[in-house]
Amino acid sequence: MARHSSVLDLIGETPLVDVSSLSPNPRVQILVKLEGQNPGGSVKDRPALAMIEQAEKDGRLEPGATLLEPSSGNTGIGLAMVCRVKGYHLKVVLPSNVSVERRQLLQVFGAEIIESPGSEGSNGAVRLARSLAEEHPEWVFLYQYANPANPRAHFEGTAREIYRDCPEITHFVAGLGTSGTLIGVGTYLKDKKPEVEVWAVEPPAGEAVDGLRNLDDGYVPPIFTEGGGEELLDRKTIVGPRDSIEWTRRLAELGIFAGISTGAALAGAVKCAKTIDSGVIVFVSADGGWKYLSTDAWTGDIDAVVERAKQTIYF
Amino acid sequence: MSVEVRLPTLLRPAANGKAVVTATGGTIGELLANLQRSYPAIQGQLLTNEGSLHRFVNVYLNDDDVRYLDRLDTRVSEGDTVSILPAVAGGAH
Repeated sequence: MARHSSVLDLIGETPLVDVSSLSPNPRVQILVKLEGQNPGGSVKDRPALAMIEQAEKDGRLEPGATLLEPSSGNTGIGLAMVCRVKGYHLKVVLPSNVSVERRQLLQVFGAEIIESPGSEGSNGAVRLARSLAEEHPEWVFLYQYANPANPRAHFEGTAREIYRDCPEITHFVAGLGTSGTLIGVGTYLKDKKPEVEVWAVEPPAGEAVDGLRNLDDGYVPPIFTEGGGEELLDRKTIVGPRDSIEWTRRLAELGIFAGISTGAALAGAVKCAKTIDSGVIVFVSADGGWKYLSTDAWTGDIDAVVERAKQTIYF
Repeated sequence: MSVEVRLPTLLRPAANGKAVVTATGGTIGELLANLQRSYPAIQGQLLTNEGSLHRFVNVYLNDDDVRYLDRLDTRVSEGDTVSILPAVAGGAH
Protein backbone atom coordinates (compact mmCIF):
# COMPACT_ATOMS: atom_id res chain seq x y z
CA MET A 1 0.00 0.00 0.00
CA ALA A 2 1.66 3.19 -1.17
CA ARG A 3 -1.05 5.61 0.01
CA HIS A 4 -0.87 6.88 3.58
CA SER A 5 -2.77 9.36 5.70
CA SER A 6 0.34 10.50 7.62
CA VAL A 7 4.07 10.64 6.99
CA LEU A 8 4.50 8.94 10.37
CA ASP A 9 3.10 5.74 8.82
CA LEU A 10 6.26 5.61 6.71
CA ILE A 11 8.52 5.02 9.74
CA GLY A 12 10.08 1.55 9.77
CA GLU A 13 9.98 -1.31 7.26
CA THR A 14 13.37 -0.33 5.89
CA PRO A 15 15.18 -2.45 3.29
CA LEU A 16 18.16 -4.78 3.70
CA VAL A 17 20.72 -4.67 0.89
CA ASP A 18 23.43 -7.25 0.25
CA VAL A 19 26.87 -5.65 0.14
CA SER A 20 28.86 -8.90 0.28
CA SER A 21 31.10 -7.69 -2.52
CA LEU A 22 32.81 -5.64 0.22
CA SER A 23 33.33 -8.69 2.45
CA PRO A 24 36.98 -9.65 3.02
CA ASN A 25 35.88 -13.25 3.57
CA PRO A 26 34.08 -15.13 0.75
CA ARG A 27 32.25 -17.28 3.32
CA VAL A 28 30.81 -14.25 5.09
CA GLN A 29 27.81 -12.43 3.69
CA ILE A 30 27.26 -8.80 4.73
CA LEU A 31 23.91 -7.01 4.55
CA VAL A 32 23.09 -3.41 5.45
CA LYS A 33 19.78 -2.17 6.83
CA LEU A 34 19.15 1.25 5.33
CA GLU A 35 17.59 3.30 8.10
CA GLY A 36 18.12 6.46 6.07
CA GLN A 37 14.97 5.40 4.22
CA ASN A 38 12.85 6.58 7.16
CA PRO A 39 10.94 9.81 6.40
CA GLY A 40 13.02 11.94 8.80
CA GLY A 41 16.13 10.43 7.23
CA SER A 42 17.49 8.30 10.07
CA VAL A 43 17.04 5.34 12.38
CA LYS A 44 16.05 7.82 15.10
CA ASP A 45 12.57 8.26 13.64
CA ARG A 46 11.73 4.97 15.33
CA PRO A 47 12.55 5.89 18.95
CA ALA A 48 11.28 9.45 18.38
CA LEU A 49 7.81 8.21 17.43
CA ALA A 50 7.82 5.46 20.07
CA MET A 51 8.82 7.81 22.90
CA ILE A 52 6.17 10.37 21.95
CA GLU A 53 3.42 7.79 21.58
CA GLN A 54 4.34 6.27 24.94
CA ALA A 55 4.28 9.71 26.60
CA GLU A 56 0.83 10.32 25.05
CA LYS A 57 -0.41 7.00 26.45
CA ASP A 58 1.00 7.89 29.86
CA GLY A 59 -0.80 11.25 29.79
CA ARG A 60 2.49 13.18 29.92
CA LEU A 61 1.81 15.18 26.73
CA GLU A 62 -0.95 17.78 26.69
CA PRO A 63 -1.84 19.34 23.32
CA GLY A 64 0.68 22.07 22.52
CA ALA A 65 3.21 20.74 25.07
CA THR A 66 6.91 21.67 24.92
CA LEU A 67 9.51 18.90 24.76
CA LEU A 68 13.24 19.10 25.54
CA GLU A 69 15.87 16.66 24.28
CA PRO A 70 19.68 16.45 24.03
CA SER A 71 20.71 15.19 20.60
CA SER A 72 23.68 15.32 18.28
CA GLY A 73 21.10 15.67 15.52
CA ASN A 74 19.19 12.65 14.35
CA THR A 75 16.94 12.14 17.38
CA GLY A 76 16.28 15.86 17.38
CA ILE A 77 15.31 15.74 13.71
CA GLY A 78 13.06 12.69 14.22
CA LEU A 79 11.38 14.29 17.24
CA ALA A 80 11.03 17.61 15.38
CA MET A 81 9.24 15.87 12.52
CA VAL A 82 6.88 13.98 14.84
CA CYS A 83 6.27 17.12 16.94
CA ARG A 84 5.40 19.11 13.80
CA VAL A 85 2.84 16.54 12.75
CA LYS A 86 1.33 16.31 16.22
CA GLY A 87 1.47 19.98 17.18
CA TYR A 88 4.10 19.94 19.96
CA HIS A 89 6.97 22.37 20.46
CA LEU A 90 10.52 21.03 20.63
CA LYS A 91 13.73 22.40 22.09
CA VAL A 92 16.86 20.46 21.13
CA VAL A 93 20.14 20.75 23.03
CA LEU A 94 22.66 20.36 20.22
CA PRO A 95 26.48 20.39 20.45
CA SER A 96 27.78 23.35 18.43
CA ASN A 97 30.02 21.16 16.23
CA VAL A 98 27.48 19.08 14.32
CA SER A 99 27.22 19.37 10.54
CA VAL A 100 25.31 22.40 9.30
CA GLU A 101 22.68 20.22 7.65
CA ARG A 102 21.59 18.79 11.00
CA ARG A 103 20.93 22.28 12.28
CA GLN A 104 19.08 23.21 9.07
CA LEU A 105 16.83 20.15 9.26
CA LEU A 106 15.86 20.97 12.83
CA GLN A 107 14.86 24.42 11.59
CA VAL A 108 12.86 22.90 8.71
CA PHE A 109 10.63 21.24 11.27
CA GLY A 110 10.45 24.29 13.52
CA ALA A 111 12.54 23.06 16.44
CA GLU A 112 14.32 25.54 18.68
CA ILE A 113 18.06 24.92 19.05
CA ILE A 114 19.88 25.37 22.37
CA GLU A 115 23.64 25.10 21.81
CA SER A 116 25.96 23.17 24.10
CA PRO A 117 29.77 23.47 23.90
CA GLY A 118 31.12 21.43 20.98
CA SER A 119 34.22 20.51 22.95
CA GLU A 120 32.03 18.57 25.40
CA GLY A 121 30.37 16.48 22.66
CA SER A 122 27.15 14.63 23.36
CA ASN A 123 28.11 14.35 27.02
CA GLY A 124 27.89 18.14 27.29
CA ALA A 125 24.48 18.19 25.55
CA VAL A 126 23.20 15.54 27.95
CA ARG A 127 24.49 17.46 30.96
CA LEU A 128 22.95 20.77 29.84
CA ALA A 129 19.61 19.16 28.96
CA ARG A 130 19.40 17.47 32.35
CA SER A 131 19.98 20.72 34.20
CA LEU A 132 17.45 22.57 31.98
CA ALA A 133 14.91 19.81 32.63
CA GLU A 134 15.33 20.33 36.35
CA GLU A 135 14.85 24.08 36.01
CA HIS A 136 11.79 23.63 33.78
CA PRO A 137 9.55 20.87 35.10
CA GLU A 138 6.85 22.18 32.72
CA TRP A 139 8.88 20.89 29.74
CA VAL A 140 8.47 17.21 28.91
CA PHE A 141 11.86 15.52 29.02
CA LEU A 142 11.63 12.22 27.10
CA TYR A 143 15.38 11.65 27.49
CA GLN A 144 16.35 9.03 24.91
CA TYR A 145 19.28 7.76 27.03
CA ALA A 146 16.96 6.54 29.79
CA ASN A 147 13.62 6.01 28.01
CA PRO A 148 12.65 2.32 27.68
CA ALA A 149 10.53 3.21 24.62
CA ASN A 150 13.84 3.81 22.77
CA PRO A 151 15.14 0.20 22.86
CA ARG A 152 11.55 -1.07 22.65
CA ALA A 153 11.09 0.65 19.28
CA HIS A 154 14.04 -1.42 18.02
CA PHE A 155 12.89 -4.61 19.75
CA GLU A 156 9.43 -4.34 18.18
CA GLY A 157 10.47 -2.81 14.86
CA THR A 158 14.07 -2.95 13.66
CA ALA A 159 14.78 -6.38 15.18
CA ARG A 160 11.63 -8.11 13.91
CA GLU A 161 12.25 -6.80 10.43
CA ILE A 162 15.85 -8.03 10.47
CA TYR A 163 14.94 -11.50 11.74
CA ARG A 164 12.00 -11.79 9.34
CA ASP A 165 14.07 -10.67 6.34
CA CYS A 166 17.29 -12.48 7.30
CA PRO A 167 16.66 -15.41 9.67
CA GLU A 168 20.10 -16.78 8.76
CA ILE A 169 21.80 -13.86 10.58
CA THR A 170 24.80 -14.85 12.75
CA HIS A 171 26.21 -11.41 13.70
CA PHE A 172 24.61 -8.02 14.27
CA VAL A 173 26.75 -4.84 14.14
CA ALA A 174 25.60 -1.31 15.00
CA GLY A 175 26.92 1.98 16.28
CA LEU A 176 26.78 2.69 20.01
CA GLY A 177 25.23 6.03 20.97
CA THR A 178 22.30 5.83 23.35
CA SER A 179 22.61 2.02 22.91
CA GLY A 180 18.89 1.84 21.97
CA THR A 181 19.51 0.00 18.68
CA LEU A 182 21.99 -2.49 20.17
CA ILE A 183 19.90 -3.24 23.27
CA GLY A 184 16.58 -3.52 21.43
CA VAL A 185 17.81 -5.50 18.44
CA GLY A 186 20.36 -7.52 20.42
CA THR A 187 17.80 -8.62 23.02
CA TYR A 188 15.29 -9.69 20.37
CA LEU A 189 17.81 -11.58 18.25
CA LYS A 190 19.32 -13.43 21.23
CA ASP A 191 15.79 -14.41 22.36
CA LYS A 192 15.12 -15.92 18.94
CA LYS A 193 18.58 -17.25 18.25
CA PRO A 194 20.95 -17.24 21.25
CA GLU A 195 24.05 -17.90 19.16
CA VAL A 196 23.79 -14.55 17.37
CA GLU A 197 26.70 -12.26 18.30
CA VAL A 198 26.17 -8.55 18.90
CA TRP A 199 29.00 -6.16 18.07
CA ALA A 200 29.07 -2.48 19.02
CA VAL A 201 31.08 0.12 17.13
CA GLU A 202 31.94 3.42 18.76
CA PRO A 203 33.75 6.56 17.61
CA PRO A 204 37.01 7.56 19.31
CA ALA A 205 36.27 9.52 22.46
CA GLY A 206 38.35 12.51 21.41
CA GLU A 207 38.12 15.90 23.04
CA ALA A 208 34.92 15.34 24.97
CA VAL A 209 36.66 13.16 27.53
CA ASP A 210 39.44 15.72 27.92
CA GLY A 211 36.89 18.07 29.45
CA LEU A 212 36.03 15.66 32.26
CA ARG A 213 37.25 16.79 35.64
CA ASN A 214 36.78 13.47 37.32
CA LEU A 215 35.60 10.00 36.55
CA ASP A 216 32.24 10.56 38.14
CA ASP A 217 31.47 12.92 35.25
CA GLY A 218 31.52 9.79 33.08
CA TYR A 219 28.30 8.45 31.72
CA VAL A 220 26.78 5.11 30.88
CA PRO A 221 23.23 5.38 29.45
CA PRO A 222 20.63 4.00 31.88
CA ILE A 223 19.00 2.01 29.05
CA PHE A 224 22.37 0.26 28.52
CA THR A 225 22.67 -0.69 32.18
CA GLU A 226 18.99 -1.62 32.60
CA GLY A 227 18.98 -3.54 29.32
CA GLY A 228 21.89 -5.69 30.51
CA GLY A 229 24.21 -4.20 27.89
CA GLU A 230 27.36 -5.61 29.38
CA GLU A 231 26.02 -9.18 29.19
CA LEU A 232 24.41 -8.60 25.80
CA LEU A 233 27.35 -7.29 23.81
CA ASP A 234 29.94 -9.75 22.55
CA ARG A 235 32.39 -7.13 21.37
CA LYS A 236 32.84 -3.36 21.47
CA THR A 237 35.34 -1.79 19.15
CA ILE A 238 36.47 1.73 18.25
CA VAL A 239 36.50 2.81 14.61
CA GLY A 240 38.30 6.05 13.79
CA PRO A 241 37.33 8.70 11.24
CA ARG A 242 39.73 7.52 8.52
CA ASP A 243 38.28 3.99 8.41
CA SER A 244 34.78 5.42 8.67
CA ILE A 245 35.24 7.68 5.69
CA GLU A 246 37.07 5.10 3.59
CA TRP A 247 34.25 2.57 4.09
CA THR A 248 31.60 5.24 3.49
CA ARG A 249 33.27 5.84 0.12
CA ARG A 250 33.39 2.12 -0.66
CA LEU A 251 29.63 1.95 -0.11
CA ALA A 252 29.11 4.78 -2.57
CA GLU A 253 30.88 2.60 -5.18
CA LEU A 254 27.91 0.25 -4.75
CA GLY A 255 25.51 3.15 -5.18
CA ILE A 256 24.77 3.37 -1.46
CA PHE A 257 24.89 6.95 -0.24
CA ALA A 258 25.15 6.68 3.53
CA GLY A 259 26.25 8.83 6.46
CA ILE A 260 29.72 8.62 7.96
CA SER A 261 28.69 6.49 10.94
CA THR A 262 27.57 3.86 8.41
CA GLY A 263 31.16 3.60 7.24
CA ALA A 264 32.18 3.04 10.86
CA ALA A 265 29.58 0.28 11.27
CA LEU A 266 30.74 -1.31 8.00
CA ALA A 267 34.35 -1.18 9.20
CA GLY A 268 33.16 -3.07 12.29
CA ALA A 269 31.34 -5.61 10.10
CA VAL A 270 34.49 -6.10 7.99
CA LYS A 271 36.57 -6.63 11.14
CA CYS A 272 33.99 -9.16 12.30
CA ALA A 273 34.05 -10.94 8.91
CA LYS A 274 37.83 -11.34 9.23
CA THR A 275 37.59 -13.00 12.64
CA ILE A 276 34.94 -15.60 11.79
CA ASP A 277 35.07 -18.61 9.50
CA SER A 278 31.66 -18.12 7.93
CA GLY A 279 28.40 -16.33 8.68
CA VAL A 280 25.88 -13.67 7.81
CA ILE A 281 26.42 -10.19 9.23
CA VAL A 282 23.70 -7.54 9.32
CA PHE A 283 24.77 -3.99 10.12
CA VAL A 284 22.79 -0.81 10.49
CA SER A 285 23.17 2.29 8.37
CA ALA A 286 21.84 4.95 10.74
CA ASP A 287 21.31 7.59 8.07
CA GLY A 288 21.90 8.64 4.48
CA GLY A 289 24.70 10.84 3.24
CA TRP A 290 22.64 13.98 2.68
CA LYS A 291 23.43 15.60 6.01
CA TYR A 292 27.19 15.25 5.43
CA LEU A 293 27.56 16.73 1.93
CA SER A 294 29.01 19.90 3.44
CA THR A 295 31.87 17.84 4.92
CA ASP A 296 33.11 16.82 1.43
CA ALA A 297 33.38 13.29 2.79
CA TRP A 298 33.15 11.66 -0.66
CA THR A 299 35.02 14.12 -2.84
CA GLY A 300 37.55 15.91 -0.64
CA ASP A 301 41.19 15.00 -0.07
CA ILE A 302 41.03 12.15 2.45
CA ASP A 303 43.50 13.69 4.91
CA ALA A 304 41.63 17.00 4.97
CA VAL A 305 38.28 15.23 5.32
CA VAL A 306 39.60 13.12 8.21
CA GLU A 307 40.89 16.23 9.99
CA ARG A 308 37.49 17.91 9.59
CA ALA A 309 35.67 14.79 10.75
CA LYS A 310 37.70 14.88 13.96
CA GLN A 311 36.09 18.23 14.75
CA THR A 312 32.57 17.09 13.88
CA ILE A 313 30.09 14.78 15.53
CA TYR A 314 28.93 12.22 13.02
CA PHE A 315 27.51 9.47 15.22
CA MET B 1 55.84 -7.82 28.62
CA SER B 2 56.08 -4.05 28.39
CA VAL B 3 53.42 -2.10 26.52
CA GLU B 4 52.38 1.48 25.92
CA VAL B 5 49.45 2.75 27.97
CA ARG B 6 47.63 5.93 26.93
CA LEU B 7 46.15 7.87 29.81
CA PRO B 8 43.15 10.21 29.66
CA THR B 9 43.70 13.87 30.56
CA LEU B 10 42.19 13.47 34.00
CA LEU B 11 44.65 10.74 35.03
CA ARG B 12 47.76 12.52 33.75
CA PRO B 13 48.35 14.62 36.87
CA ALA B 14 48.64 11.33 38.78
CA ALA B 15 51.34 10.16 36.31
CA ASN B 16 53.62 13.20 36.48
CA GLY B 17 51.69 14.78 33.60
CA LYS B 18 52.50 12.02 31.13
CA ALA B 19 50.00 11.13 28.38
CA VAL B 20 51.70 7.85 27.53
CA VAL B 21 53.48 5.57 29.99
CA THR B 22 54.87 2.07 29.73
CA ALA B 23 53.72 -0.68 32.02
CA THR B 24 54.51 -4.36 32.33
CA GLY B 25 52.21 -7.33 32.67
CA GLY B 26 50.95 -10.36 30.78
CA THR B 27 47.31 -9.43 31.28
CA ILE B 28 45.33 -6.20 31.53
CA GLY B 29 44.85 -6.86 35.26
CA GLU B 30 48.59 -7.24 35.90
CA LEU B 31 49.26 -4.16 33.81
CA LEU B 32 46.82 -1.99 35.75
CA ALA B 33 48.13 -3.28 39.07
CA ASN B 34 51.71 -2.43 38.03
CA LEU B 35 50.57 0.97 36.80
CA GLN B 36 49.07 1.69 40.22
CA ARG B 37 52.33 0.62 41.88
CA SER B 38 54.34 2.99 39.67
CA TYR B 39 51.88 5.86 40.11
CA PRO B 40 50.18 5.44 43.50
CA ALA B 41 48.02 8.54 42.91
CA ILE B 42 46.10 6.50 40.30
CA GLN B 43 45.05 4.09 43.05
CA GLY B 44 41.27 3.86 43.37
CA GLN B 45 40.61 5.53 40.01
CA LEU B 46 40.80 2.43 37.80
CA LEU B 47 39.79 -0.47 39.98
CA THR B 48 37.13 -0.74 42.67
CA ASN B 49 37.91 -2.06 46.14
CA GLU B 50 36.63 -5.43 44.94
CA GLY B 51 39.26 -5.36 42.20
CA SER B 52 36.94 -4.93 39.20
CA LEU B 53 37.04 -2.11 36.67
CA HIS B 54 35.53 1.19 37.79
CA ARG B 55 32.10 1.63 36.17
CA PHE B 56 33.07 4.78 34.27
CA VAL B 57 36.43 3.48 33.08
CA ASN B 58 36.83 1.79 29.71
CA VAL B 59 40.10 0.02 28.94
CA TYR B 60 40.87 -0.76 25.32
CA LEU B 61 43.37 -3.28 24.02
CA ASN B 62 44.24 -1.74 20.69
CA ASP B 63 40.68 -0.83 19.57
CA ASP B 64 38.70 -3.36 21.62
CA ASP B 65 37.01 -2.71 24.96
CA VAL B 66 38.45 -5.37 27.30
CA ARG B 67 35.07 -5.76 29.06
CA TYR B 68 34.04 -7.77 25.99
CA LEU B 69 37.29 -9.67 25.64
CA ASP B 70 38.45 -11.44 28.82
CA ARG B 71 38.11 -8.38 31.05
CA LEU B 72 41.11 -8.13 33.43
CA ASP B 73 42.33 -11.55 32.25
CA THR B 74 42.70 -10.31 28.66
CA ARG B 75 46.19 -11.29 27.44
CA VAL B 76 48.54 -8.54 26.34
CA SER B 77 51.23 -9.07 23.67
CA GLU B 78 54.32 -7.19 22.60
CA GLY B 79 53.44 -4.21 20.41
CA ASP B 80 49.89 -3.85 21.74
CA THR B 81 48.61 -0.47 22.82
CA VAL B 82 46.37 -0.10 25.84
CA SER B 83 44.16 2.97 26.21
CA ILE B 84 42.28 4.02 29.31
CA LEU B 85 39.27 6.25 28.71
CA PRO B 86 36.37 7.52 30.78
CA ALA B 87 32.94 6.31 29.59
CA VAL B 88 30.94 9.14 28.04
CA ALA B 89 27.67 9.47 26.18
CA GLY B 90 27.96 8.31 22.57
CA GLY B 91 28.57 10.70 19.75
CA ALA B 92 31.32 12.44 21.67
CA HIS B 93 34.06 12.94 19.22
